[in-house]
Amino acid sequence: MEAKLEPIVKALQAKLGGSFEEFRGEVHYFVQPAQIVEALTLLRDQHQFELLSAQTAVDYWPQTSPRFHVIYQLSSLAQNITFQLRVPVNGDNPTVPTATGIFESANWRERELLDMFGIQFEGHPDPRRILMPEDAEGHPLRKDYPLGYEEPQFTFNFEDIDLRKPYAKE
Amino acid sequence: MSQLQEVTVDQYRHLVSERALTGETMLLNMGPQHPSTHGVLRLLLELDGETVINCIPDIGFLHTGIEKNMEAKTYQKAEVMTDRLDYMNTMGNNLAYVMAVEKLVDLDVPVRAQALRVILSELQRIASHLVWLGTSGLDLAAMSMFLYCFREREQILDIFELVSGQRMMTTYFRPGGVWRDVPVEFEQAVRDFIKIFPRRIDEYETLLTKNPLFLDRMLGIGKLDAATALSHSVTGPMLRASGVNWDLRKARPYMGYEQYDFNVPTHTAGDTYARYLVRVQELRESLKIVEQALNKLPLGPVRSDNRKFVPPPRSEIGTSMEALIHHFKLWTEGFPAPKASIYSAVESPRGELGVFLEGDGGPKPYRVHMRTPSFDNLSPLSKMVKGHLVADLVAILASTDIVLGDIDR
Repeated sequence: MEAKLEPIVKALQAKLGGSFEEFRGEVHYFVQPAQIVEALTLLRDQHQFELLSAQTAVDYWPQTSPRFHVIYQLSSLAQNITFQLRVPVNGDNPTVPTATGIFESANWRERELLDMFGIQFEGHPDPRRILMPEDAEGHPLRKDYPLGYEEPQFTFNFEDIDLRKPYAKE
Repeated sequence: MSQLQEVTVDQYRHLVSERALTGETMLLNMGPQHPSTHGVLRLLLELDGETVINCIPDIGFLHTGIEKNMEAKTYQKAEVMTDRLDYMNTMGNNLAYVMAVEKLVDLDVPVRAQALRVILSELQRIASHLVWLGTSGLDLAAMSMFLYCFREREQILDIFELVSGQRMMTTYFRPGGVWRDVPVEFEQAVRDFIKIFPRRIDEYETLLTKNPLFLDRMLGIGKLDAATALSHSVTGPMLRASGVNWDLRKARPYMGYEQYDFNVPTHTAGDTYARYLVRVQELRESLKIVEQALNKLPLGPVRSDNRKFVPPPRSEIGTSMEALIHHFKLWTEGFPAPKASIYSAVESPRGELGVFLEGDGGPKPYRVHMRTPSFDNLSPLSKMVKGHLVADLVAILASTDIVLGDIDR
């Protein structure tokens, strides 16, 4: 582990417990959903992580506990290091406390996670879909959401395929 | 669609002010088909006369499910999708993605390939800034800027066509190196560009930098302070124009950027004009990097010789059984990556372009997330435009340099 990361991991472990993984010099620290606001506040205020570089999620379907990992990728400009928090959440309709109070960029990022994974963020000021249309069904980046495809049409089979082609409903 | 969805003000009740509900202020759609939104961006504006009270960006019109599609392709084939993200920065997207794959599977890149990557990504940065300069000039009624900038950009796209066969969707960088070595005409083509371009930047600056009409539109408009910018995860020239010296090429050098001598232009004003100055100065800095990298372009291989990840050269396939097997396995099955995740970021013309990549031990990525800079750079727009006129909104939006393909993915 990089020397600058050691005190941060120690501080988090002293305050919240939890475990961490290391891979290619990166530290992925696991925290419980209820602790995420506290962990992010600690990292921003005590360890100069000013930038929430990315916020995303991974779906481990069909596994259900945890089904998702919500990932917070933080950058510190002052110390020039990055740190990753991972929040494992169980079940098909999980809820995580919002991080919008700490980082404003979490507003749109959490809307994206709501849209793409169906993860609810408790206390989010504007929980609407962001990329998909408002009347869309399902959450496309979930692993149980099938990837669509389109059959290529040629002159000889154009009409056959056209008949069963799933056009947008009128 | 025969039945249009009814949109009522109720839907936006929590976002607009009380006065919109009584009809005192006007709600107006700007876009999604509007030339100054630089693509398909819809802005819902709340206006009091000409003054913007509130601005609610609505994105997603260009959402193409690139992240989902990449999960269904092998690591090599998924790279083609990255070209389509930020179509003004195809080389940079390729670089971000291949660097993430190389980090995940722990693959080394030969020095010549690294230098070629630097030259081409910096040329791409210049091309991207030229599109920004041209189109924002167009938005502010400086029509000739558009024509001049696209003339120089054409020269860069010709260089890309020379090396990759494609002007825009290049896919030239590959995991472990680049597709193939550059042709002999490459060096002269880049030298020709280096020779003419400094004069051309002077020409642009003569037209704009001290032009009183331009200054009137730009000075003090759309201010963004450093704390708000950081909280909104704004990166790139926008963050540097707000006084934060943060450039991943300097902070965490990759591809040998530490060998090149260049400055990171910063300004403290945080307004539209500061963002203009930062980008114009970056044109000169990028040109410096291109020249240095070209002067000491090392000789040698352009692809890693690790046959488990990089296909063997054509000449070996005819004579070596192992080479044939490797070629076949790599193109039918792909290479496996460990069950682990990494995050790797590069400095794109717009800011931090990060790739979160998770492997599951197989030849396809389990999850790819592209942390695209435009997405976060657009999010403070409503704060920047509050209280300005609609015409200023056009200037502010131009200065954020968003690309909708980058936002919607």
